[in-house]
Amino acid sequence: MRRSDDKQFITGAEVVVRAAKDAGAEIMYGYPITPATEVFTGWIRAKEKYLQTEDEIAAGFAVCGAIIAGQKAFTATAGPGHVLMQDALSMSEGMRLPFVAIVAQRGGPSSGTVIYSQQEVTLACLGGNGEGLRFVYSPSSLEELYILTRQAFNDAWQYRFPSILLTDGYLLKTRGVVDWKKIPVIKNIAAKSVVASGANAHLQNIYTLEEELYQKIGDFTNDFKNASAEIMASEEVETQDADILVVAHGIVGASAVKAVKNLRAQKIKAGLFRPITLQPFDNHNFDRLAQKARCILVVESSLGQLARIARFEMAPEIATPMKYLQSPAQGIEPEQIEQAVKDLI
Amino acid sequence: MPENLAKFCPGCGYPIALTVMHRVLKERDVVNDAVLGLDIGCALLAWNFLPINTFQTHHGRVTPVMMGAKNARPESVAIGYTGDGGAYAIGWQYLCHAVRRDDPIMIVVINNTLYGMTGGQTAPTSLQGQVTSTDLTGVTEKEFFGPEFLRPLASPDAFIARTAVNNPAQMMDFYNKALDAQKAGHFSLIEILSFCPTNWGTVGAGTLTHLNDIAKVFKTGEIKK
Repeated sequence: MRRSDDKQFITGAEVVVRAAKDAGAEIMYGYPITPATEVFTGWIRAKEKYLQTEDEIAAGFAVCGAIIAGQKAFTATAGPGHVLMQDALSMSEGMRLPFVAIVAQRGGPSSGTVIYSQQEVTLACLGGNGEGLRFVYSPSSLEELYILTRQAFNDAWQYRFPSILLTDGYLLKTRGVVDWKKIPVIKNIAAKSVVASGANAHLQNIYTLEEELYQKIGDFTNDFKNASAEIMASEEVETQDADILVVAHGIVGASAVKAVKNLRAQKIKAGLFRPITLQPFDNHNFDRLAQKARCILVVESSLGQLARIARFEMAPEIATPMKYLQSPAQGIEPEQIEQAVKDLI
Repeated sequence: MPENLAKFCPGCGYPIALTVMHRVLKERDVVNDAVLGLDIGCALLAWNFLPINTFQTHHGRVTPVMMGAKNARPESVAIGYTGDGGAYAIGWQYLCHAVRRDDPIMIVVINNTLYGMTGGQTAPTSLQGQVTSTDLTGVTEKEFFGPEFLRPLASPDAFIARTAVNNPAQMMDFYNKALDAQKAGHFSLIEILSFCPTNWGTVGAGTLTHLNDIAKVFKTGEIKK
């Protein structure tokens, strides 16, 4: 494992490249798209193995082929490229391929804007013609970007489900100080060949009988549930006696940390629940906080993609009202969150 | 010998193309090194037909999957099987770029002039005037000559050819030349004209006659550089 002990002034894209290298990624297939391009060009500048393909579909399926052959491969994409990537992600879900994608959200629909949004949550979690059996991680800082990229590779190869590191152009283009000494040592899960030479394996993703596919989905869902218990993660800030529970993820989560601390300084009992894994969602801890709170405020740079998860995951007997602060494809400042909380009091 | 019974329709050409390929792989002693990727369409039915590592992919995507697999394991023999729609319609972009890059993979295109699995729709290879379930009064576009189109994009050392399921001797020769090209680090493509009595609506000798009629349009042989 290559780790410098120094502090570094480094961009998010550079953090991802370092994390992928440290994770033991052997090859990257990619197609340029803003704001994910710097992950690809950074990987190339680091003299790692790569291929620029003709589109995101080719990149995704080349990753599938590499994984079937036992190679730790990955890709990075964004927005409309993320839409195309769902084709290969669906095959990965159907064949249990440890596919790793770095997804940098940009504004949508369509080509939208090119740097920032939180509008690819639904696509990341539920894209494809299946049941959404993939892990989705949402980092809120450069350190977490590193740790979760490493975790995306490890969880993918340990549990054999596709893993999406869901970030955005703000975080990837942010240059900040990373203190590598504060990053815990992470052990890699080794790559394993899906089709060993001469194994005479026959792998399907299409079935003749409905019962066969039904059985597969059942088995896969059980495996996913078991893995979920191990990997679901969230952060709580000032939740011990929170009247207003703010729910936010990614860099809006970072904004919400500041808002909650400012509100506490004003004696307002606000707390934050920040899902680190969007899928699986840490519903156990969310429910514990949700039922204690007087009101839940879901804050996000989309028109309810996180809120939809929170509402779906919250135990039906919990009657705490849920309110929303939504700013599709725009950043959200701590002051906006503070004001939204005050408006609820 | 096949490992399992063929799942193809009676009279289909796929089992011929696959068993001839298997014989060539055995003669070259590379069965254990072979990795067979299947496009979606009738090719998918070969998923457990031969005693070699086999996996299904998605429609049109077998080429980039095999490129990724071959890059990961250069010592393997990477083979992609696809229909004419998978190769020349939905997967055409990937084929063009695999040829440009000279990816050392062998792509086998089964050309029966229609979409077989979905019930006989128009393919890029459908003959002008051919009545299909999506061209009820006959196809108006000209036939698409995939190998001839790809040849100018290809490395001089790539092997590109067309044969037919009723000419196994030529098919064996072409498989060998294609695998030689891969061994030397180059792309290869063999288009195989094939029977589809189910969708042609032919029986017995009529199926063979129809194949020979198709071969008058799509000339067999190596596509010259």
